[in-house]
Amino acid sequence: MDLLNALVAILNYVVIPATAYGAQLALGALGVTLIYGILRFSNFAHGDTMAFGTAVTIIVTWGLQAAGVSLGPLPTALLALPFGIAITAALMLATDRVIYRYYRKVHAAPVILVMVSVGVMFLMNGITRLLIGVDEIRFDDGARFLITAREWRDWTGLAEPLTLRSTQAITVVVAAVVVWALFWFLAKTRTGKSMRAFSDNEDLALLSGINPNRVVAVTWIIAAALATTAGVLYGLDKSFKAFNYFQLLLPVFAAAIVGGLGNPLGAIAGGFIIAFSEVGVTYAWKKVAGYLGYNADGLLQLLSTEYKFAVSFVILIIVLLFKPTGLFRGKSF
Amino acid sequence: MKKLLWASAAIALTAGGAFAEDIKMGISLGFTGPLESMSPMMAQGAELAFKEVSDSGKLLDGTTITPVRGDSTCVDAAAATATVERLITSEGVKGIVGGMCSGEAIASLTNVAIPNGVVMISPSATSPALSTLDTKGLFFRTAPSDARQGEVMTDIILEHGLKSVAVTYTNNDYGKGLADSFAEAFKAKGGTVTVVAAHEDGKADYSAEVGALAAAGGEALVIAGYVDQGGSGILRGALDSGAFETFVFPDGMIGETLEKNFGPEVNGSFGQMPSSEGEGKDKFVAMAKEAGFDGTAVYSGEAYDAAALMLLAMQAAGSTDPQVYKDKVLEIANGPGEKILPGELAKGLDLLKAGTAIDYDGATSVNFVNGRENAGTFREIEITDGKIETVKYR
Repeated sequence: MDLLNALVAILNYVVIPATAYGAQLALGALGVTLIYGILRFSNFAHGDTMAFGTAVTIIVTWGLQAAGVSLGPLPTALLALPFGIAITAALMLATDRVIYRYYRKVHAAPVILVMVSVGVMFLMNGITRLLIGVDEIRFDDGARFLITAREWRDWTGLAEPLTLRSTQAITVVVAAVVVWALFWFLAKTRTGKSMRAFSDNEDLALLSGINPNRVVAVTWIIAAALATTAGVLYGLDKSFKAFNYFQLLLPVFAAAIVGGLGNPLGAIAGGFIIAFSEVGVTYAWKKVAGYLGYNADGLLQLLSTEYKFAVSFVILIIVLLFKPTGLFRGKSF
Repeated sequence: MKKLLWASAAIALTAGGAFAEDIKMGISLGFTGPLESMSPMMAQGAELAFKEVSDSGKLLDGTTITPVRGDSTCVDAAAATATVERLITSEGVKGIVGGMCSGEAIASLTNVAIPNGVVMISPSATSPALSTLDTKGLFFRTAPSDARQGEVMTDIILEHGLKSVAVTYTNNDYGKGLADSFAEAFKAKGGTVTVVAAHEDGKADYSAEVGALAAAGGEALVIAGYVDQGGSGILRGALDSGAFETFVFPDGMIGETLEKNFGPEVNGSFGQMPSSEGEGKDKFVAMAKEAGFDGTAVYSGEAYDAAALMLLAMQAAGSTDPQVYKDKVLEIANGPGEKILPGELAKGLDLLKAGTAIDYDGATSVNFVNGRENAGTFREIEITDGKIETVKYR
């Protein structure tokens, strides 16, 4: 019984939240890594792209709700997501046309493109705030829980509660579908193959007749889709606040770099590594230890929760010191 | 000519500055930020007192008051300092109702108000640190110190039969002060505090914080935070994960947002906030209702009292100069003399003009201790059927 309680406590406070968070980070990191692999720069505007996409999705969600459309137990935002992606993709393509294309044409160094993306970040920052404001917004509707703490207790008789929010389950399912679709696209379709070729060797790809503008456009569209999906899932699971998405940039980048920039598989692994370390390191293990027969006086907490963000950085430093190309050998230009 | 000037100056002085003038009074509250849902009712409370005195025409023979609002943000000490700087140097206010939150109040007080010699009376800054700060007699507060709230909260929790609690606080002067003073009082009376952990405001996700609190355990969770900020996040996380079922809410957590966002989910949880009962409060609530706002809102009556105290002190000192009237505030607040309630400011002004002592009681039974702060009464509340219900006053 005690062993079960310990397991449930770990599941409830570490595994479930970290899995949902990891899936959100992984989607964000995939977008970053894709842009890095194909367009060859770190896109600092990615966090605010997530915020913009989510903001648009929220507005469409409100519209749908006002029109009386709903998905029953599922959040309406899932229905609004394609609209959010379409508008975000349009914005990304416009940004590329107006801003990035020039720097590609003059063959600007990657660091210049990074600085340009910082400028774009501030711009999108402003657009998002003009669009939806700075306040915290909750837009989840439908059923909130798959398993509630009380049901679980009545059902199992265990002392430890277990809850599973529907948004956590949706996050994992949607993330899995999106990742599968992305890998299928990159591996099987002609466009996907040309993107990989472009990423591996730009000159060779151009010589073999790949249209660079098409590759760039598709990359932006996919990045917009990934960013919007990640942002909407994060917002559904937690809440939407423009500033929080800006802060999300740190763990997202950490995930992408830990996994190896430019390597999609690495981005996913990185997302989960960062999420599980953030939650695991700041979790107080006292109760779990108690169930396992060790009664501690302290909380058995490695780091106080205020230092959550520091965890990403520590992992980042360790990886960069010992394996600069990341765990899954990404590109290092 | 010079003699004439001196003579008239001397007459003016003996007459006690009895010239009708138009003065400005500052209101520095967090109109944006974590307590933005509370500020409007507080500002309206202060403005009600200013208007009452202005309309009576009895302050220093017809001096009228123009209130000037400024945004102290509650969390950004630099912004609050800039606001108070503007109120004092460019608006030329003679006194300020504010600041709202302890950290910001301490910053604007020490950086601007004290160097410029302007009186600040805060209706809501409750950090124990403000009890001992050297303020040159320029600072008062109509809200009680959190040290007192910590004791009251201890009593309420013990009366509910709870012996061990976990405490989380918003990481600022208010939260830390309240959490520490509560933990100390609770332990002194034989209770167990399993953990005292900070949380940061403005984050999306509090599952890690909730996990740590849940691991520490306890029969209830004390949330010394803000209802429009991280406090709600912690509460949401604790409810969702089933970590705690009973919660204790100090003043920062009690507000409309709590009823609106949580309602029946927190049935049976309880808390307290500085408030008062009695004739003064009833009168203030009635006046507020007439003026079109909710006088039962947290710290609204305190704001009225803060404003009224400054004006009555001006009358007693015969001057609108903060350096002069600051010495009269305590006298007015603690009596002896005739009791003055809200709505009776004109009577108070008349009595003071005639040289009779008054004891301003106001909306919150004003009685200053430590030479600067209200001893305070607290309203104990409980959430019943999703509504905040008053249990009793203590």
